[in-house]
Amino acid sequence: MKIGLSAALLLLGSMISGAVQAQSSELYQQLGERSGIETIVEEMLLGVADDERIAHYFADVDILRLHKLISEQVCNVSGGPCEYTGESMAVSHNNLGINNADFNALVEHLIAAMEQENVPVSAQNKLLALLAPMHQDIVE
Amino acid sequence: MPKRIFYGLSVLLLSAVQPALAQQFESPGSRLLATGGASTIEGSGGGGIVPWATLSSYADEGEWGATVQMTEVQVDDFSLSVQGASFNWNNRVEVSYARQQFDLETIGGELEQSVWGVKARLSGDLVYGAMPQVSAGIQHKSNQTFTLPQAVGATDDSSMDYYVSAAKAWLAGPFSRTWVANVTLRNTEANQLGLLGFGGDKRNSREWVGEASVAVFLDRYWAVGVEYRQKPDLLSFAKEDDWKDVFVAYFPSKHVSLVGAYADLGSIAGLASQTGWYLSVQASF
Repeated sequence: MKIGLSAALLLLGSMISGAVQAQSSELYQQLGERSGIETIVEEMLLGVADDERIAHYFADVDILRLHKLISEQVCNVSGGPCEYTGESMAVSHNNLGINNADFNALVEHLIAAMEQENVPVSAQNKLLALLAPMHQDIVE
Repeated sequence: MPKRIFYGLSVLLLSAVQPALAQQFESPGSRLLATGGASTIEGSGGGGIVPWATLSSYADEGEWGATVQMTEVQVDDFSLSVQGASFNWNNRVEVSYARQQFDLETIGGELEQSVWGVKARLSGDLVYGAMPQVSAGIQHKSNQTFTLPQAVGATDDSSMDYYVSAAKAWLAGPFSRTWVANVTLRNTEANQLGLLGFGGDKRNSREWVGEASVAVFLDRYWAVGVEYRQKPDLLSFAKEDDWKDVFVAYFPSKHVSLVGAYADLGSIAGLASQTGWYLSVQASF
């Protein structure tokens, strides 16, 4: 009986936390979870590589590592089960001289990638709203 | 008139589409799609009848941009044709020019005016940060057909409007849609934009008027919204009403935008409840 109650409580507990997680990660799901996010970030970086406005910033960057870190970050801010293991935005963009136009160029490639992957507009907007505050740490 | 509209639209669309095809992947500026807004009937970048704190074209820091526009407004007894162009340097300063022809279809005759505008972004950003984008501008208006305005009580054939605007975008607002709001405070003595001259026999003083716009983006390319523009009322021969409109805006690319609206311009020159359509096309470079 005691064991039965504990089991029921455990089950209830896991159901509640599951429900909470499902709610907080709705955006994560709309982005296509881990694989969807990795595809979006890959397409974004391919767009960046072809964009003469900003490609030079990434000339000496380990693209595979960058892809991993940005994917982690998008997964994390969208409520997915990921931890961002990179440095802060302020530290990683320190002294790069990134201006507003450069920042917008990257945002454009992110939007284009989400459009390409048929991410709903509501989810696009939510992700953009979560990422937009990084502007102040990245742009000089 | 329809022929003129068609010709103008064709020329504008061609001029917009051709470079779009030639440089499909080359955008005219780095600001995000639709943040250049549309062209107002007075030439300044903004909505349709309200100048916004945003600067025209897509020029960002370190870039320049330009636009050309054509706008036609047709209400019950009048029609307005506008041709204009603007230049944006660094997303800091906008210089604009517009020519207006106002056909008095029922009364007979035509009024003409030209408007030079300068607008400077003072602080903030439409999209990023907590603060709204704030800009200040002037519009120098000169009426080329002053005989009629003078006859109905206007005192000057040219004048300046001064305005300050604040605009903010909310990336994921209600319904997870992107919303944009703009408020503008204008100091003016213009009668019906200046088409009926400046100053008046009823009151000969400058006034502060308020103007506002709200728009929501349904997706990345389509927006719907409303605008409201307070107007002074300086002439005794006819009451001047506030203007309002509801609009649909389409931004298929950074090269071209289209705005269609239903406008309520109230009473004009003694002819009551002037309502009708508004169509504007802008090409951006």
